[in-house]
Amino acid sequence: MSEPVIAADGRPLKASLNRALRRQKMRALALIAPLLIFILVSFVMPIADMLFRSVENEIVSETLPRTVAALDAWDAGSGETPDEDVFNALYTDMALAVEYKSHTRLGSRLNYETTGIASLFRKSGRRVGKFDTDVYTKAFQDADPRYADPQQWVAWMADDSIRAKLPMTTSAYDDWAKMIVEAENDVPSEEEPWDFVYSALYNDAVSGAELPVSVDVSGITPVSLRTAFGDIDDKWLNPNVWRTIKTYSPRYTDGYFLNSVDLMKGAEGVEARPENEQIYITLFIRTMIMSLSIMGMCVLLGYPIAWLLANLKDRTANLLMILVLLPFWTSLLVRTSAWKVLLQQQGVINDILVWIGIVADDNRLELINNQTGTIIAMTHILLPFMILPLYSVMKTIPPSYLRAAKSLGATNWTAFWRVYFPQSVPGIGAGCILVFILAIGYYITPELVGGTKGVFISNRIAYHISSSLNWGLAAALGTILLTIVMVLYWVYDKIVGIDNVKLGG
Amino acid sequence: MNVTMKLMATSCLTLTATMAFADGHMADEMTIVSWGGAYSASQKNAYHDPYSEKTGVKIINDESSSEAVAKLRAMNEAGNVTWDVVDVVASDAIRLCDEGLAMEIDADTQLADGDDGSKASDDFGDLLVSDCFIPQIVYSTTVGYRTDLVGDTPPTSICALFDTDTYPGKRSLEKQPIGNLEWALICDGVAKEDVYDVLETEEGQAQAFAKLDTIKDSAIWWSAGADTPQLLADGEVIMGSTYNGRLFALIEEQKQPVAMLWDAQVFDLDGWIIPTGLSPERQARALDYIMFATDTQRLADQAKYISYGPARKSSAPLVGKHATLGIEMAPHMPTDPNNAKNTFLYNYEWWADYRDDLDAKFQAWLSK
Repeated sequence: MSEPVIAADGRPLKASLNRALRRQKMRALALIAPLLIFILVSFVMPIADMLFRSVENEIVSETLPRTVAALDAWDAGSGETPDEDVFNALYTDMALAVEYKSHTRLGSRLNYETTGIASLFRKSGRRVGKFDTDVYTKAFQDADPRYADPQQWVAWMADDSIRAKLPMTTSAYDDWAKMIVEAENDVPSEEEPWDFVYSALYNDAVSGAELPVSVDVSGITPVSLRTAFGDIDDKWLNPNVWRTIKTYSPRYTDGYFLNSVDLMKGAEGVEARPENEQIYITLFIRTMIMSLSIMGMCVLLGYPIAWLLANLKDRTANLLMILVLLPFWTSLLVRTSAWKVLLQQQGVINDILVWIGIVADDNRLELINNQTGTIIAMTHILLPFMILPLYSVMKTIPPSYLRAAKSLGATNWTAFWRVYFPQSVPGIGAGCILVFILAIGYYITPELVGGTKGVFISNRIAYHISSSLNWGLAAALGTILLTIVMVLYWVYDKIVGIDNVKLGG
Repeated sequence: MNVTMKLMATSCLTLTATMAFADGHMADEMTIVSWGGAYSASQKNAYHDPYSEKTGVKIINDESSSEAVAKLRAMNEAGNVTWDVVDVVASDAIRLCDEGLAMEIDADTQLADGDDGSKASDDFGDLLVSDCFIPQIVYSTTVGYRTDLVGDTPPTSICALFDTDTYPGKRSLEKQPIGNLEWALICDGVAKEDVYDVLETEEGQAQAFAKLDTIKDSAIWWSAGADTPQLLADGEVIMGSTYNGRLFALIEEQKQPVAMLWDAQVFDLDGWIIPTGLSPERQARALDYIMFATDTQRLADQAKYISYGPARKSSAPLVGKHATLGIEMAPHMPTDPNNAKNTFLYNYEWWADYRDDLDAKFQAWLSK
């Protein structure tokens, strides 16, 4: 073993170097820190948060914790309505949820899965406070006034031995007290507990628990909450509604992803959606095919223009360049509307064709509100993204190579195909990636000119984000789209090689 | 090192300044969100300007109503609601109320009484379709047709939409199930009062889609309110549905050869909501604005600028002439007895339940 080399300050050279390097790295990191933090906070975190929503499903178990626990014992396949215990739990959960106004939110969440639950929860929220459960409250308070004393309740609920004997009451009281503080801005020691706490107390008593002050509960006529909920709406007696609640009770769900590929959770596991609801697979495939066609069109149209730009005199090339960039600077909506004017059946192009006599007046071409319209308008919009990288790559190909090839006897075509074209491939690669990735995410143009068959998956994502508020489904669709893009990128890297992509020089 | 420190200090300062600026909602400013265009202009003339004059509050107009629901949810999750009052359609108000994103308002205590002395809850009547919603206007989705393309027999019934023999040519319809399914059923022989009962069943939905199938090849589906007026003006379609105010502008302002059908027009409501999560001062100011902007006179004033009917019964007698065209506005209101012979008020509660399901089916049907 050789002695470690010592630096001037007496430490081993390696450590000293490392220290100097570390300091440099830290400084570099500090310099880019603002940008790094900015990107993390404004780009990575929101996207991660949004993608996470595709599996997140805490709302059910958070809004109806007792119901979800009580449903454990219920067999979803039995075809029967759950028993009274579940409705007791539902009563407590709903009474609390109404105060937090979270029951309607849960209703709209579950309505994505089973139609009718939104109004069921809205309606039940209005009526759940008016159940006849005040007979329990009255019975307990009449039997012993201590049951009406808020202070006494606080004392009981602070006593661990009482808590252990009255599990349902404890849980209802705790959440009630929390709600009184959070939603009502009051103090539990000054408020008489609400009916649902007495209802829980009664249920504890009936199941044989020892009460803090003994009360004979056999004289109380029980209130059937199952009947009470059934009176609000008989959907509560429909096992299908309960199956939905049970199916979507876990904190995480694959339901959104299943929905994104036209599947659903049926009575017996995963099954295909009814045919009249299947749409997403079709849209994914269509998005891919159309984006590829748009990309192909852009290569076909962009390549000659880029070649012209790179080979003309500077002055003419600049003029052409402005023509390429001009539409780029025009508002997207204006350009799309302009295409409408041009392409519609009474539009400029059809008028000219009829005037020349190529098409008959009563048989005008359908160029818009279909896939043709989308491809034309989007090719136009995305063309600069193909021309610019192509141009900057072609600019670097020395014209002398072509001349050399020709002087060695190559024909024009051979010189182009064997010498020029291979050198422009990195530009094509860059342009294709840009155009393709932009195309699959487009939704404004397809929405305006795509009609029914020219719309993309992104139109549905936009709809679920802004109209239906089904962000879980939107996130799942977005995640799938992102995955497809990454897989295609990986395939591209394997076949062409990402090092072969150039945006310029 | 010095430079580094300076750079970092600067970025920190900038960040803090930006945050401070973003948070500093000026005391005498409020942001009101609406649809933009002629509609926002009518609100500015009828509500915003008089209110600013009266109170000195500066009103900033935001034109994001079309995505208000999503944006409000995002703002609420971020804990920074920057809007004070938002103009939305009734179905969105119900959604916002369900999501806890709009505050509940008690009509009788928080809105002005009618000029005729009626309580606000009576004056608005059953247009108060949600606890969070203060209706402003009644508008309708109705059909306009080219007078020069329909021949000698101008259509009088909504079913002309489905009658491609008498009225050949394209028709434009909104790219959503709401409205279209109801019209399809009515024209397939279902009585108006039974429409929603029928639509609840699978067979009823199939019946509605089958009826729409008959015109699928000649339909152009629109998603922006300006589409149908443009298609009608260019002669691209022979008839098409859109909002009655758009057709009014097309007929009276642009003098196009277009007439309105009015038959089976689908009434809808547009109005205000106040977001939850505002500071007490901002909430008080928003309520003050709402109290002012939805009183009898103000609602009637808006009809001077746009042909939508005021939501208060007490406003109807006060509707006057158009501010620039000088024509009497009452006959152009969707609520005018002559226009409202056969109307359809779409069922919000029903659609809140069935919208997700039927929209999926409608989109699947469209793409087939």
